[in-house]
Amino acid sequence: MSKIAVSTTVNGDPAEFLCDAGETLLDVLRGSLGLTGSKEGCASGDCGACTVMLNSQMVCSCLVLAVEAEGKSIATVEGVAEGSVLHPVQRQFLEHGALQCGFCTPGFIVAAKALLEVNPDPDETEIRYWLAGNLCRCTGYDKIVRAVSAAAAELRQDSKAQRSAA
Amino acid sequence: MTTLTYHAPRTREEAVALLAADPTAKVLSGGTDLIVQMRGGRAAPTAIVDIKNVSAMMSVLGNDGRYSIGAAMPCTGMLRDEGLCKAWPGVVEAANLIGSVQVRNRATMGGNLCNASPAADSIPALIAAGATVLIVGPSGIREVPVEQVPVAPGKTSLTAGEFVVEIRLPVRPARSSDAYLRSIPRTEMDIAVVGAGVSITLDEAGTCTAARVALGAVAPTAILVPEAGAALVGSKLDGAAMDAMAAAVRAACRPIDDKRGTAEYRTAMAGVLAKRTALIAAARAKGEA
Amino acid sequence: MNAPDPMSKYRVVGTRPVRPDGIDKVTGKAIYGPDFVAAGMIHGAILRSPHAHARIRSIDTSRAEALPGVKAVVTSADFPGQSAKIIAAGETSSSLRDIAATCLAHGKVLYVGHAAAAVAATTKAIAEAAAKLIVVDYEVLPHVIEVEDALAEGAPILHEHMITKGLDPAPDSPSNAANCLVMTRGDADAAMAGAAVIVSGHYRTVPVHQGYIEPHACVASWNADGQGQLWVSSQGHFDIRNQTASVLHIPSSDLRTYPLEIGGGFGGKTGIYLEPVAMLLSKKAGRPVRLAMSREDVFCGSGPAPGIVVDLTIGADADGTLKAIKAEFWYQVGAFCGSAVNSGMATLLGTYRIANAHLCGWDVVSNFPGTKAYRAPGAPQMAFALESCLDDLARKLDMDPLDLRLRNAVRPGDPGPHHVPHGAIGFVECLEAAKAHPHWTAPLGANQARGVAGAFWMNYGGPSTVSVALSGDGSVQVTTGSPDIGGSRASMAIMAAEVLQVPYERVRVAIADTASIGYSMVTGGSRVTFATGKAVVEAARKVEETLVTRAASLFGVAATDVEWRNGAAHCLTGESAGEHLTIGAIAAKAGQFSGPVSAEVSVNPLDYLPGFAVHICDTEVDPETGNVSIIRYTTVQDVGTAIHPDYVEGQMQGGAVQGIGWALNEAYVFDGNGRMENPGFLDYRMPVASDLPMIDTVMIEVPNPAHPYGVKGVGEAPIVPPLAAVANAVSRATGLPMRTLPLSPDRIWATIQAAK
Repeated sequence: MSKIAVSTTVNGDPAEFLCDAGETLLDVLRGSLGLTGSKEGCASGDCGACTVMLNSQMVCSCLVLAVEAEGKSIATVEGVAEGSVLHPVQRQFLEHGALQCGFCTPGFIVAAKALLEVNPDPDETEIRYWLAGNLCRCTGYDKIVRAVSAAAAELRQDSKAQRSAA
Repeated sequence: MTTLTYHAPRTREEAVALLAADPTAKVLSGGTDLIVQMRGGRAAPTAIVDIKNVSAMMSVLGNDGRYSIGAAMPCTGMLRDEGLCKAWPGVVEAANLIGSVQVRNRATMGGNLCNASPAADSIPALIAAGATVLIVGPSGIREVPVEQVPVAPGKTSLTAGEFVVEIRLPVRPARSSDAYLRSIPRTEMDIAVVGAGVSITLDEAGTCTAARVALGAVAPTAILVPEAGAALVGSKLDGAAMDAMAAAVRAACRPIDDKRGTAEYRTAMAGVLAKRTALIAAARAKGEA
Repeated sequence: MNAPDPMSKYRVVGTRPVRPDGIDKVTGKAIYGPDFVAAGMIHGAILRSPHAHARIRSIDTSRAEALPGVKAVVTSADFPGQSAKIIAAGETSSSLRDIAATCLAHGKVLYVGHAAAAVAATTKAIAEAAAKLIVVDYEVLPHVIEVEDALAEGAPILHEHMITKGLDPAPDSPSNAANCLVMTRGDADAAMAGAAVIVSGHYRTVPVHQGYIEPHACVASWNADGQGQLWVSSQGHFDIRNQTASVLHIPSSDLRTYPLEIGGGFGGKTGIYLEPVAMLLSKKAGRPVRLAMSREDVFCGSGPAPGIVVDLTIGADADGTLKAIKAEFWYQVGAFCGSAVNSGMATLLGTYRIANAHLCGWDVVSNFPGTKAYRAPGAPQMAFALESCLDDLARKLDMDPLDLRLRNAVRPGDPGPHHVPHGAIGFVECLEAAKAHPHWTAPLGANQARGVAGAFWMNYGGPSTVSVALSGDGSVQVTTGSPDIGGSRASMAIMAAEVLQVPYERVRVAIADTASIGYSMVTGGSRVTFATGKAVVEAARKVEETLVTRAASLFGVAATDVEWRNGAAHCLTGESAGEHLTIGAIAAKAGQFSGPVSAEVSVNPLDYLPGFAVHICDTEVDPETGNVSIIRYTTVQDVGTAIHPDYVEGQMQGGAVQGIGWALNEAYVFDGNGRMENPGFLDYRMPVASDLPMIDTVMIEVPNPAHPYGVKGVGEAPIVPPLAAVANAVSRATGLPMRTLPLSPDRIWATIQAAK
């Protein structure tokens, strides 16, 4: 069986890999690219633990064929922090105790960041519905919702500060 | 181990040729059904034809009040077309109840239609809307009503080499709108136990002049219930007309008992949901919602 | 949020610092079960039974072995012979025979999904393809799922050797009743005859899954010298090691087992499924082997929680004082006996004062995966029956349901479920706090109603080993053997920092492999913050003692003249009076003494105290569709002392939501062939974020005097009340009894229709 060569951008860096036609993006991220931050909880798009950004749209990487990533840009949980500086969503998850086992956390981080990029001031209902594709079995979601809300407030504050500085 | 090949044709003709060449070939659109089926062993194609690179497959085009939606247009992509959302809120909301945001960023109405699940959310809404689909294949192009595409659970009327390229929505008359509701145990991430799509047109006095009622998950395919629409026409959607409509809906149901609900429950819910959906569609038609 | 409370008697205990493993988990760096890679690792796959009950006539592995890339194939014939010897298995105990048969079927398959054979190959795809080439010749047998069917005359028998335990005389033929336990207190019949009010009900719940998001996974490596390594994501790598070594007949110490991060367990990761199979594959292949479950494997091949059928009758005086309780109940335990009966008894006898009781409980096996512990194992099902029945009593007496519970709640000194008097418990405090909470009196809208339920959970202590070691710079290393699932590394660091009076950030916590620290029991039974925490405190105190002794020597005074304060030894008398030596200064002088400063402590505390909780739930029922919305939810719990309040609240919220899922929509649905119809997250409907409101938490702190900081287990009690709290609310909203779970919309709708 001959492999297919795919060229992509992962977290801003060029990345190339070989895959079989049936392999998913999640398989390749976790396998040959060694990015195990994206988790496989169901392999059917029902838990969101494998959430990544594909050309700026959040998707379940278990529902994307790896070959489809040709020429596209992928952003994973590993690229959310800038170097060793955490993104406000990550920091607020820590500050709020919004994780217990942490297995669903990468998917929530990517999804929450994506929400705040399109809706900087979501209310509780908007947060809950946006995150409905991300299952968490440990927290009951309460602290996750609070963390996302706090991150939104922090980001609004940051952008306000940037605007007044400019 | 079977070998699988992946193709990403640029033209309709290439896609048709690839599909016609391999009877096991599967069309890949959003992949949210196909990839799960492949992983679970329920689909074992030897070729995948990704249609997303075919031109106009991922666009929404408005033209003289008509809309053409590319079959590979993700559900969330439709939300960005204000005109479409205004004209066909029921269709857009139905497509945007499927799965999660992650899923809807990939899932398409074309795929939802061709997966031919009796419980597909967008199909009843499209049927109620009077939508048609443009199908291309080895013998050319044909346009058929949406309700003629699914023929049984998981089966469509498409023949070898054919695929859906476009979903077409007709001109929206004045004082006319649509809605879709479904019954699910949770608030998100569920398959419809029952779905109801209603498209309705009122006159200036608020009397219904046209109505189409379609149901999901109560028969082997989504169904149009002409008697239900007829029960509303000529009425101001008063209690008696709504009861008659719901009775027609229940009479049309041929559901099964399964893990998602009993037949009895589905039939009853079809009536409840059809009423609620009709009221939303009417309110929208009046510009109240 | 993280500032110390000036009113607190503690410096660090009760603060909310960031957990030490947090950054790895929000950045995707943490290595969980399915993430670990060993050098040279190959991949395994398991062939699972398509039948609910079948005899294995033969297994032909030749075609699989012939496939290029296949390195090993194993069946139960590769296991050493097993005895019926009972060994500790996580929170319960099991026979070696059942443990081994759970990993690979021996002679018979007992459920759809039962592992029948396994393959290892150079890629996962080859392994999966090879598994499909294994031919198992099955003689399909009739199967049973429901308790009533399993106990019926002529029912197919799962285990030909199973004679019901606990019956006198012992039956002379096998049955599916694994165990029967009878408990009596006083004279239930006489007391019931004298009761002013009697309520009774027939209650039923079905099996549900723990639903952790991380599927089971492990990597095993069997070396040429007979020793091996295991990398596991589990609730207790020592117990995983012991069970695996036991069924493989090798010494435990020959199997060095490394803990990986665990993506949720809730009791379901206390036993073994994959580990010995991976070891055998590795032995044959000569390479490390990864075995990992898919989500479907998890549902069909790992332990759910048992269902229950309960007949319950409660008698009371006209003022609501409980007089007598009678119950017969049957736990639907799946393919292997594993008792939840004791826990059911404790639930019935541990929560309220009841002088007269006659209880009879059964464990019944049937053809679905052998059940495993799930958070307060056995209790939520029984509390559903008890607390629903109490609600009926409150209505019958026209009594406030909290007042009814307050009248009967167990208090310190009352007999516990096993006659040992309850210690410093805070159930009454919880009930009073619930009554005083604004939620209890908030107005309700149309179709809305409020339900309440109480809970008792016994908790546990048990063995743990901890070491506390100082580096030369005085920074502190705490090492435990307790996997951290919900933030326990933070609470261990807090307790060590509290003892040594150093900043939280000076303490680092690691969870060591089985060769690097002594035995610790599983993270389960709400035991880690209590028992492992106790060991941390004791070890830290020993370190403090050493530091004080060494400082005294350096100051030239007696140890009693040195005070440990603010992370330093302060000299109280003599020439050095007023001087101090910091922890770092003393640690740096280790060379002048008998060596580095460290202490290792092993404990086995059994002076744990039970947890109590009260939950208030508001629901809105759509009378036309039967859909239930949870519109408000408050949890009140006696937490002893909250070491890290965020993670205590998190336990309360998470337990409540798991219980809400259990109440509303979660269920194993079987088809006529015994196949689970919903083995995925789409149709096994766990709550999603949009299903829920915020979960309010009220922590009641009634300290446990047996723990240095008053800790009580908090992880399990929160899942006990929600089933009944939700059902009671739905019942009040509809005016109809809700005695069968789950309360899915179609069931509620049918109940409403039937009453019309």
